[in-house]
Amino acid sequence: MKEFFQDFKDEFILNFVDGNMWKWLVDGLKNTLIITLFSLIIGVAIGIVVASIRSTFDKNREVYKRRGGWFYYVQWCLNALAQVYLTVIRGTPVVVQLLIAYFIIFASSRNGVAIAVFAFGLNSGAYVAEIFRGGIMSIDNGQFEAGRSLGFNYFQTMIYIVIPQVIKAVLPTLCNEFIVLIKETSVAGYVGIMDLTKAGELIRGRTFSAFMPLIAVALIYLVVVVVLTELVKILERRLRVNER
Amino acid sequence: MRDDSVIIKTLGLKKYYKGESIKALDDVNLEIKRGEVVVIIGPSGSGKSTYLRSLNLLELPTDGAIIFNGVDVADKNVDINIHRQKMGMVFQHFNLFPHKTVLGNMTLAPMKLLKKTKEEATEKAMTLLKRVGLEDRADSYPSQLSGGQKQRIAIVRALCMEPDVMLFDEPTSALDPEMVGEVLELMKQLADEGMTMVVVTHEMGFAREVADRVIFMCDGKIAEEGTPEEIFSNPKNPRTKQFLDSIL
Repeated sequence: MKEFFQDFKDEFILNFVDGNMWKWLVDGLKNTLIITLFSLIIGVAIGIVVASIRSTFDKNREVYKRRGGWFYYVQWCLNALAQVYLTVIRGTPVVVQLLIAYFIIFASSRNGVAIAVFAFGLNSGAYVAEIFRGGIMSIDNGQFEAGRSLGFNYFQTMIYIVIPQVIKAVLPTLCNEFIVLIKETSVAGYVGIMDLTKAGELIRGRTFSAFMPLIAVALIYLVVVVVLTELVKILERRLRVNER
Repeated sequence: MRDDSVIIKTLGLKKYYKGESIKALDDVNLEIKRGEVVVIIGPSGSGKSTYLRSLNLLELPTDGAIIFNGVDVADKNVDINIHRQKMGMVFQHFNLFPHKTVLGNMTLAPMKLLKKTKEEATEKAMTLLKRVGLEDRADSYPSQLSGGQKQRIAIVRALCMEPDVMLFDEPTSALDPEMVGEVLELMKQLADEGMTMVVVTHEMGFAREVADRVIFMCDGKIAEEGTPEEIFSNPKNPRTKQFLDSIL
């Protein structure tokens, strides 16, 4: 037993303390969180725009068509673009998208973190868009009709009546998207970004002992995700209370 | 030529689905005068709700004109939102805004659209709430109200915009039987005050008692119209007779 603890201690010192390699994990975690947070911000921005385009077109197709003119065609084109975006992003692996962003689109730049934020943000936007669109579609059509019958135009109805209800409905799902995204960013190492996973890998490469660094990385992910999941649960409970 | 005593007039109103295979509205011509209470009855699928919802363009007519206050609101160049402010609408399923309190429901449109201050809008809303005896529910959320209360709030919410006409789309159909009375009572009060009302309903008692004119619709057409006396006591069209026999 004593030997085991001695081994454990030696391993720990070898992997984390020697050469201050624990700092790599801290830096890695920092990068992981930065990439995740900013990707989600970009993702939410893209998601709101794309979801608005899609649901505006779906809900007003008849009106626009009747009115005719360029406005209908602009809407049609925007909707088609949004469809292509959703199909391409959701139809290809995020690693491939990241590689394309790094080696083709931004081939001249070597700012890995920024490129990762771009790639993951673009990727997340597609999923967030569908979350928002689902939220908008889940609101009873009677809410639209009540708003319109009072004299609000389509956008006023969205802003004052529909969106507040949508946000309430999708907030927990959105937080889950954030949790998923944290884990997805673990492929950032593919383009040489030092995220948490990559940090563990680097330590392993240096010390030739796999157990310690990889389990440590797994535990860190786990702790972050569990903490966030608990926060989401609290948020969900709060939202439910406000309804009564 | 503008006739000020006529508030809504529909000319050749048509609503077709799937080309021309389904005619929800088939050439409906009707004039509604200021202060008049018009009740539309008819079997389900007869087009009565479609007709009512066409009046404020929640349903887009395929063809025809809807003259409201002298303007053809079915014209695609007319800004319908302005005219909708003057047409209150009450729905079968209330459609109160669940994220807002009763007061919030009532003051939202007057504040945003009529640019009233919060105080003005609240004052108007509270006056109306007192009238329907629900002033103590001003800060409640719709989920805390009974069906009858919800529908009364929906009615006064529409009244907050000071409409020229009120459209009722089966306002009591989703209510428990014991709550129908309170809603009909409020509608009757409105009628007595001279509000122009177009009501789609299955409440024949209400039609008989309150309506100035009863319209019987069938297959997207007006099959018969007349005073409640004429329609209920002496229907001429066999379809009207058949319908009344089946429900009374």
